[in-house]
Amino acid sequence: MSKKVAFLQGNEAAAYGALYAGCTFFAGYPITPSTEVSEVLSAELPKIGGKFIQMEDEIGAMAALLGGALAGKKALTSTSGPGLSLKQELIGYGCIAEIPCVVYNVMRGGPSTGMPTGPSQSDVMCAKWGTHGDHATIALMPASVQETYEMIVRAFNLAEKYRMPVHVLPDEIVAHMRERVVFPEPGELEVINRTAPSVPPAEYKPYDTKFGDVPPLAAFGSGYKFHVTGLNKLPDGFPTTKAEYVQAEEERQIRKVTANIDEIVEFEEFMLDDAEICVVAYGSTSRSARYAVNAAREQGIKVGMFRIKTFWPFPDKQIKALAGKVKGFIVPEMNLGMCSLEVERCAQGKAQILGINRVDGEPINPEQIIEKIKEVK
Amino acid sequence: MARYELRFSGAGGQGLITAGIILAEAASIHEGKQAVQSQSYGPEARGGASKSEVIIDDVPVDYPKATKVDALLALTQEACDKYSADLKDGGILLYDTDLVTRLPEGNFKKIGFNIINTAKNEVGREIVANIVALGAMIALTGVVSRENGEKAVLSRVPEAFLELNKKAYAAGFEKALAASK
Repeated sequence: MSKKVAFLQGNEAAAYGALYAGCTFFAGYPITPSTEVSEVLSAELPKIGGKFIQMEDEIGAMAALLGGALAGKKALTSTSGPGLSLKQELIGYGCIAEIPCVVYNVMRGGPSTGMPTGPSQSDVMCAKWGTHGDHATIALMPASVQETYEMIVRAFNLAEKYRMPVHVLPDEIVAHMRERVVFPEPGELEVINRTAPSVPPAEYKPYDTKFGDVPPLAAFGSGYKFHVTGLNKLPDGFPTTKAEYVQAEEERQIRKVTANIDEIVEFEEFMLDDAEICVVAYGSTSRSARYAVNAAREQGIKVGMFRIKTFWPFPDKQIKALAGKVKGFIVPEMNLGMCSLEVERCAQGKAQILGINRVDGEPINPEQIIEKIKEVK
Repeated sequence: MARYELRFSGAGGQGLITAGIILAEAASIHEGKQAVQSQSYGPEARGGASKSEVIIDDVPVDYPKATKVDALLALTQEACDKYSADLKDGGILLYDTDLVTRLPEGNFKKIGFNIINTAKNEVGREIVANIVALGAMIALTGVVSRENGEKAVLSRVPEAFLELNKKAYAAGFEKALAASK
C-alpha cells in the first residue's frame, strides 16, 4: 500500500508530527508566523481525546504546558520571537524542575515585534541563553517540511529521554512554505516515552539519582505526589541551599546533555570530502547554500556544506575537525552573526570566517553565497 | 524539465497564495514532480502587495524562492512594478489589461486580458479571478497538463462551487491561449 502523501506547510507538518509523537496536550497563544500549528491541533486534538488550550497570553501558555507535561502528557507549544521572550522565565522553570516539553518557535524579525511576517534566524541565542542561569539546551533546525515533521518527533523523543524542554526553531520560510510530505507509518519513526517510576508512591523521589542522571518522572494524577519548585532542590523535590546538593544537581542537569552529545547532535555533510571551503548553514539558508555549492562546484571551486541540524548543543567537535582541513568557513544566516561566533569559537583561529548576514526580511539568496565563496583566500 | 519559477502577484485578498498552492499541488501530487510553494505578504489582511512563488523541478528543489522568474502574473500595477524586475529574458508576463496599464520594459512576452472582469462578468463571481489566472498561467507555461491543473483546482474546492471553478479555470485557459496568438 502506498503511503499517505499531502502538500503541507511546515507549520502544518509540525502539528501532524506532534500527533505522531503522541502529543495529547497543546497550550499556546496565536502569533504570526506560527499560528497554523494551533489551527491544526485545535481541530485534531479533540478527535483523539487530547486537550487544546488557548491561554490568555504566552506566559500562561508556557505555564499550562509545564502543568500538562507534569500530568504525564506529551506537551507542545508554538510561538514566535516575542512569545519566546515572554516564555523565558517558565522555560527556566522547566529546565530546573526537569519537565519534558517541546517549544516550537518560528523565527521572525526582531527584537520586539520586529517584522511579524518576515523570515529570520535571530532567536538561536535566545533559545540558548534567553532564560537565566546555567542550563543545558537542545534546539533543532529543520530545513524542509518533511524534516519539520520528523524533527518534532525527535524533539519529543529528546524531551522525554532527557526530561527537559526542547526547542524546535524553524525560520519563517520553512514554517510557511509548502512541500510534499510523505507520512511515516506507525512504527516507522522511533517514539520514546519518559521512564515511569518503578517504586511505589511512598518511596518515590522525583530527583532520585540512584536511577541515573535522568530520574524517572511520575505523572500527577497517577497516585504519585511530589513537590515541584523553581528553587534548587533535594532528591524529594523540596528546596535546599546545601552546597553539595546544589552543585551536584546543576552539574547533573548539564551532564544529561554533554554526556550524550554524540547521540544528540545531528548534521549533514554535503560535498565536504575534498572541500577547501565550507559553508556552515542551517534552516532555509542551507537550501540557498546547497544551490550555491552546486553552482560553485560547476565552476571548479572545491566547496562543500556542513548543515547544522542540531544547533544546541553546538557541533563543536565537527567544526573543530573541519577547521583543520578547510581554508575558510562561510556562515550565511538571517541575523547579524550569531552562528558565526560559535564557528569562530570552534575554529580557534585555524580558518578564515566570512559571514553573510541579512536582517531585512529577505532570504539570503544563492548568488550572495557564490560571491562570498569567491572571496575566500 | 529544468527548474521552472513562477510568481503570482497582486494585492492581498485576491487569492494569489491559493493559486500558487493549487499549481504546486498539481505539479507535486498529481504530476509527480518536485515543487515548493512559498509566499510573502505584509501584515495587512487585505491590500498591500502580495506574492506567491512556485518552483517546479524534476529533482528536489533546494532554494525555495525565485532567482530568475520564468513566468509572472501581475494583477495590480503596484505588484507589476514591484515584482517584474527579475523576470527572465524570454520569460512570460501575464497581466490584467484593466489594472496594469504601464508595462515594464524587457525582453519577455507580455500577454494580457481582462482577468478580473472575466471572473466577474463571464464566469459570474469576482472571487474566482485567481482560478481564471491559474488557468491562464497553466495554458501559457504548460508547466502541468490542463487536466492535472483542473484536478488540483477541484480537489481544493467545496462541492457547491465545483462548476463555478471549473468554468473559471476553462475561461482563463482559453482566453490566455487566444491572447497569446
